[in-house]
Amino acid sequence: MDTTAQRNGTERPQGLNAPRLTLAGIGKSFPGVRALHDVSLSLYPGQVTALIGENGAGKSTLVKIMTGIYQPDSGSIAVDGSPVSLASAHAAFANGITAIHQETVLFDELSVAENIFLGHAPRTRLSLIDWSTMRANAREVLTTMQAGHIDPDTRLKDLGIANKHLVAVARAMSIDASIVIMDEPTAALSMKEIEELFLLIEFLKGQGKAILFISHKFDEIFRIADRYTVFRDGEMVGEGLLADTSQNDIVKLMVGRSIDHIFPQRTASLGNPVLEVEGLSHPTEFDDIGFSLHEGEILGFYGLVGAGRSEVMQAIAGITRVSRGTISLEGKAILPKSAADAINAGIVYVPEERGKQGVVIGLPIFQNVSLPSLKRTSKSGLLRLADEFAVARKYTERLDLRASSLSQDVGTLSGGNQQKVVIAKWLATQPKVIILDEPTKGIDIGSKAAVHGFMAELVAEGLSVIMVSSELPEILGMSDRVVVMREGRIAAVYDNEGLDAETLVRAAAGIAA
Amino acid sequence: MTDTPAPRRIPDRLDKPLTSAMFSWEALLAAVAIAIFVANSLASPYFLDPWSLSDLTFNFTEKAIVAFAMALIIIAGEIDLSVAAIIALASTLMGMAAQVGVGTPGLVAIGIAVGLACGAFNGLLVTRLGLPSIVVTIGTMTLYRGIAFIILGDQAYKGYPASFAFFGQGYVWWVVSFELLLFVIVAVAYWALLHRTSFGRRVFAIGNNPVAAQFSGVRVGRIKFILFCLTGLMSGIAAVLITSRLGSTRPSIAQGYELEIITMVVLGGVNILGGAGSILGVVLAALIMGLVTFGLGLLNVPGIVMSIFVGLLLIVVIALPIVWRRMRRERVA
Repeated sequence: MDTTAQRNGTERPQGLNAPRLTLAGIGKSFPGVRALHDVSLSLYPGQVTALIGENGAGKSTLVKIMTGIYQPDSGSIAVDGSPVSLASAHAAFANGITAIHQETVLFDELSVAENIFLGHAPRTRLSLIDWSTMRANAREVLTTMQAGHIDPDTRLKDLGIANKHLVAVARAMSIDASIVIMDEPTAALSMKEIEELFLLIEFLKGQGKAILFISHKFDEIFRIADRYTVFRDGEMVGEGLLADTSQNDIVKLMVGRSIDHIFPQRTASLGNPVLEVEGLSHPTEFDDIGFSLHEGEILGFYGLVGAGRSEVMQAIAGITRVSRGTISLEGKAILPKSAADAINAGIVYVPEERGKQGVVIGLPIFQNVSLPSLKRTSKSGLLRLADEFAVARKYTERLDLRASSLSQDVGTLSGGNQQKVVIAKWLATQPKVIILDEPTKGIDIGSKAAVHGFMAELVAEGLSVIMVSSELPEILGMSDRVVVMREGRIAAVYDNEGLDAETLVRAAAGIAA
Repeated sequence: MTDTPAPRRIPDRLDKPLTSAMFSWEALLAAVAIAIFVANSLASPYFLDPWSLSDLTFNFTEKAIVAFAMALIIIAGEIDLSVAAIIALASTLMGMAAQVGVGTPGLVAIGIAVGLACGAFNGLLVTRLGLPSIVVTIGTMTLYRGIAFIILGDQAYKGYPASFAFFGQGYVWWVVSFELLLFVIVAVAYWALLHRTSFGRRVFAIGNNPVAAQFSGVRVGRIKFILFCLTGLMSGIAAVLITSRLGSTRPSIAQGYELEIITMVVLGGVNILGGAGSILGVVLAALIMGLVTFGLGLLNVPGIVMSIFVGLLLIVVIALPIVWRRMRRERVA
């Protein structure tokens, strides 16, 4: 990583203190996925370091390692130069590391003072909790951080999210944490609350805390952070001072990956519009969504997590209801009230949450495949096993499923093979439109290639595909056109002709070109 | 075990070793049933008489008829604790009708209709309001039996028509009672429904993963509603049988049956958490419970001891499959 640092011309500036926390050569793998590889990160006292990367770049894994929830497979961690082992959340706590999450992890039913001092409450001589001291200390901590308006006796659940963040920070202050991790702390805040949070961060900087700030929002990063570290595909690809860089340079670092995966070559021949969506709106999740999907097209949907892509797709597939808008399939207006309606019309949705929404673990492979097509594999309600096996075999073998028999419990398969079963299940319904939500999330490279190859075959046969994905290479490598969503609305629609990743990232993050 | 390179052609199923069939839960139940049968015949010289064996079947037929419907509900991940109360309410309303001179066909229709209505009410509360079935049916359990108590107080209805006695006391051929015949018919019907229809397949899917089932186009609410209607219907039929056999109705009729029925279902190998089970297992469990209570009766064991036995059996049969699976898993691993 030294080479990378030098390439970016970011040797440690003169006059800066030694790093408070140093992570070196950190690696972490999960079955089938390499989450982090040889990652380094340094946090300096009195400095805010922004951690930047796409969804899945490894940021969350790193936070979990720093807070003692995951153990790294390799690498070393040092606090103030001396090596430490963060074997548990408690050990991280003892080393002065504390994290403030997007959804604050505190205790709603306890008071503010209890939340601040949980685990290190002042005790009386009888070793009972010294309530009056605890209240006084809580008030003192809150006052020093200009949060004196919060009453230590209030129950946490009666506070807004911004004040909950303040309590979390007060907790960090009370244990004298020297390292504060803020994992997308602004995601649920209003503009005014964000300003208050920034004041607080300035205050923590003044106290000499080393702060790691994780956010997808570039304006926030440039506003509050001093340094940046960029992750891509589980590797650290650049770091330095924000003063020396620009938004465009950082976007380049985020997306400029090597081509490690060859996508199938295909010549798109777009037919007539198959699916047309107009003014589709939901009370909370999305607003005024309109697009059309053509026969034989792969339409990519890109956006940040939480942009509302899955919610739109679930509405089209009849799983959630919409407040307004029309959906028409082959020129006929449809209003699916349930997944069954959508399936009958010819629209199927392959969900993102494979384990929860996709496979029925406990049932064998062939029964998973036939579940949405039972009408065709039964006669007057009576199952015809031979037909079920035939349907299951036809689609699973096409997807090159690896299984010892079709009667094997789907739960004994690997993630990639489970995904093949899920896709086979939907193809067996002979749909006109198939919506794939993060079709290759968390599956191995081999299965990814199989899924991509298969998608190309499907559109060549005239099926129309919507592919929701947060992976830029997948979006660029597979889509004919790309819809970018941001905060529940369509931000832009692009032809994939000469489209580059930076354009997409800018549109998704709302950065002007 | 998982991703060994398989041939391109995936077989439908692998030939299972004989030992795996021998160690199945159903095989174990069959062995236990045979052991208790032998023990009973050694313990009492009267046991092997055909009429004595015929009497034995009355110990389980009524409960087993409800147990089949209960098995489906539990496989779907729900439960119905109100079945015995439905029996009491259906029996009470049949008694009321008999007092004003309604004939046998009318009484049977009332019993079945009341059962179905009570089941539909449970089903509406669970599926429309999205309440947990355990809470709903604890509520309706008290409600239905409460109505029976209000109507009857400490009275009893008697005076059912003579022809009404056939359902609980009649024999269709030699020692084969009407109840036994109905038990066999219902068992076959439920076996086919659960194991041979797309409805049964959807029940298993809901029990294993209701969200994925819904995403797959299974109308989860509708199927659960039908299941509650079915347990209500079977409770109504059981009410006809029990009322006919006893020839009278008290509000405490069928008290505690729900626990015996659930014990039967769980002993039959149905996973109390949903998703797995077989009708064959429930049939065998019904036989075992009938054999045990009859055997204890032959030995003059008092009723209170029998209820202790049922309680212990319930704990053991819930614990045993879990321990059993854990042991099997360790052997595989």
